[in-house]
Amino acid sequence: MDASSILDTLKTAVPGASYEAGASVDFATIYVPAASLVETCRALRDTPSLRFNVLIEVTAADYLPREPRFEVVYHVLSIPNRLRLRVKVRVASNEVDGVLPTVQSIWPAAGWPEREVWDMFGIIFAGHGDLRRLLMPEDWEGHPARKDYPVQIRKAAQTYEPLEVTEDEFKANIERDRLKRAH
Amino acid sequence: MAELRTETMTVNMGPQHPSTHGVLRLVLELDGETIKSCMPTIGYLHTGIEKTAEQKKWQQVVPLVERMDYLAAQSNSLAYVLSVETLLGLEMPQRVKDIRVLLAELQRIASHLVWIGTHAMEIGAVSMLFYAIRERELLLNINELVAGFRFFPSYFRVGGLREDLPRGFHDAVTAFLDRFPAKIDEFEGLLTKNDMFTHRTQGVGVITLDEALAWGLVGPIARGSGSDYDVRKYFPYTGYETYDFKVPTATEGDVFARYRVRVEEMRQSVLISRQALERVTPSGAWACDDPRVVPPPKDKVYTEMEALIQHFLIYSQGFTVPVGDAYVPVEGPRGEHGCYVVSDGTNRPWRVKMRAPSFMAIQALPKVIQNGMIADVIAVIGSTDVVMGDCDR
Amino acid sequence: MNAHAHDHSPDGEFGFLTTKLEWLIQWARRSAIWPAQFGLACCAIEMMSMATSRYDVARFGAEVFRGSPRQSDLMIVAGRLSRKMAPAMRRVYDQMPDPKWVISMGACASVGGVFDNYAIVQGVDQVVPVDVYVPGCPPRPESLIYGLVQLQQKIARSRA
Repeated sequence: MDASSILDTLKTAVPGASYEAGASVDFATIYVPAASLVETCRALRDTPSLRFNVLIEVTAADYLPREPRFEVVYHVLSIPNRLRLRVKVRVASNEVDGVLPTVQSIWPAAGWPEREVWDMFGIIFAGHGDLRRLLMPEDWEGHPARKDYPVQIRKAAQTYEPLEVTEDEFKANIERDRLKRAH
Repeated sequence: MAELRTETMTVNMGPQHPSTHGVLRLVLELDGETIKSCMPTIGYLHTGIEKTAEQKKWQQVVPLVERMDYLAAQSNSLAYVLSVETLLGLEMPQRVKDIRVLLAELQRIASHLVWIGTHAMEIGAVSMLFYAIRERELLLNINELVAGFRFFPSYFRVGGLREDLPRGFHDAVTAFLDRFPAKIDEFEGLLTKNDMFTHRTQGVGVITLDEALAWGLVGPIARGSGSDYDVRKYFPYTGYETYDFKVPTATEGDVFARYRVRVEEMRQSVLISRQALERVTPSGAWACDDPRVVPPPKDKVYTEMEALIQHFLIYSQGFTVPVGDAYVPVEGPRGEHGCYVVSDGTNRPWRVKMRAPSFMAIQALPKVIQNGMIADVIAVIGSTDVVMGDCDR
Repeated sequence: MNAHAHDHSPDGEFGFLTTKLEWLIQWARRSAIWPAQFGLACCAIEMMSMATSRYDVARFGAEVFRGSPRQSDLMIVAGRLSRKMAPAMRRVYDQMPDPKWVISMGACASVGGVFDNYAIVQGVDQVVPVDVYVPGCPPRPESLIYGLVQLQQKIARSRA
């Protein structure tokens, strides 16, 4: 099934969305606007002729200095129909357009890959709920996979772990335990 | 009697733990010995390989990606090499395809041997490690014979192989393939009907097929839950459609089912390897004849000016790859490996991203071990066969 | 040889040995090194190979891999050390009782290896003091055993 027939199926399932077929050498690629991503993914999963039931991965590529700067890439797989599809979403670098909806409600597997994309590229997934650092340390600055991030940084290796609670929180914990024991 | 006041206990496991297969950290919330919740923390082995790969030339990336999933080096490099070859539009000679299949299957056996050794050892069958590593050393010997390196042969190159097979290759592989099926029986004799092993694995860490697919666990984990999805059958690459083999499945979805699937996979790999070895001639074509990528033969380099220039260009500047992106999946020992490469038309990749089956497996770990016993955590981690290098990259 | 055996009784009932206490202590320490079971990456698999039957590091008295750092006196840093892991590794090192030694196994642990990037500590000697560096990517088990023997000689030379 090539990109155009997938797009025809999608257009009947999600009316009003503006899709675009992308050039590819391996399997079908479609461009989806961020606004209709979630409905599109739901249609991809639930339409009987598509049934893309497995999310293989979510990743991104930084096309600096092009604008929109990022492309978020979803590889999905349909085991019943033996199909593969690449869904691309163009994401700009500014705060307003640089936000994507999460597709966790369609494929729960999207949770960590989306976190990784945020960690590495700084692309925000609205409604994700757990958008914390995944691969980098919690207190890391910057998003390493961006093209304007240096490959090597001069920074002394940290050899201690900062206390994860403040002094006030620590005292409050002690006090709470003391009260618990008193009961 | 006054009502007992109970509360949950939080236990930190890792990143330094002998049984977490590297540097995985789990924060477990326990109610007695029952796991109420589990929060994995990864990234302790994040190596930035994808960023480093963007600085290298196309051919130089092969050793880097091999160091991602260090138990399945050939699966990583095969995925990368196939993706780049798809972009370049290269077609390999049949002999190259067969050698790739053969080495990838031997790699799968080697990876499963480390898995069966460590998994059984962590459950308590310590001697299994010695049995399994003993056989694996023979496979490492074959690697060493082929490429002079035990672990990361970097033998698959964009455009073919590094060089032709060495003398004695067929004998070494035949000797291993003749010896190994009896060893699988030995492993099974030690484990499959071993009461202690089955009690610790049956009914533990159950994941249903729907859950497995929703969490993206395509590979041995999904096959242990009843899926028959195998990239080699569904989307054949490097000529797997011409081989005769079965995809082992089980339906229970527990640790023992995954164990049975992987043991059976080793037997199937032996079958595939035998077929591949029959097809591979001791000498012949070991690269495609595309002058963009493959340097001319040495005798021409010494005698012809054009060949010398071509040789110099390939080794100094590398080759360029047409603009575009490609993702070619391969069936690794842990599930679907795949490499998403983006080219901007230069001699260096714009982006290299490896699809990591361990990453997905660890993401789903809380689902699998929730409401289990704390002693089963080790069994479940072992059965998912995670490699942290693959997960963190 | 610092130890001298004296056999004062012809029928061999009372054999005894005179040596310096310091030599005896260092002999005991170097002959039974207990490494911490602390693997980071690829090199950890070669470390495992070293412990199993083909290479059999038990010949050198270092086969007792301990799960707890508090029971071990050698840390083999096997693999690349990420910046995120560095504090955890330092903590493991701090938990080991004295005297303790460190072998930096492989190119990544020694100098960062091929991974000259933001994520990897360029040499674990920035985090812990290293006694022996073993080159290779990963080093063969023979190399690691050679490094271990070097460490034993170093222990023999040092003062108790």
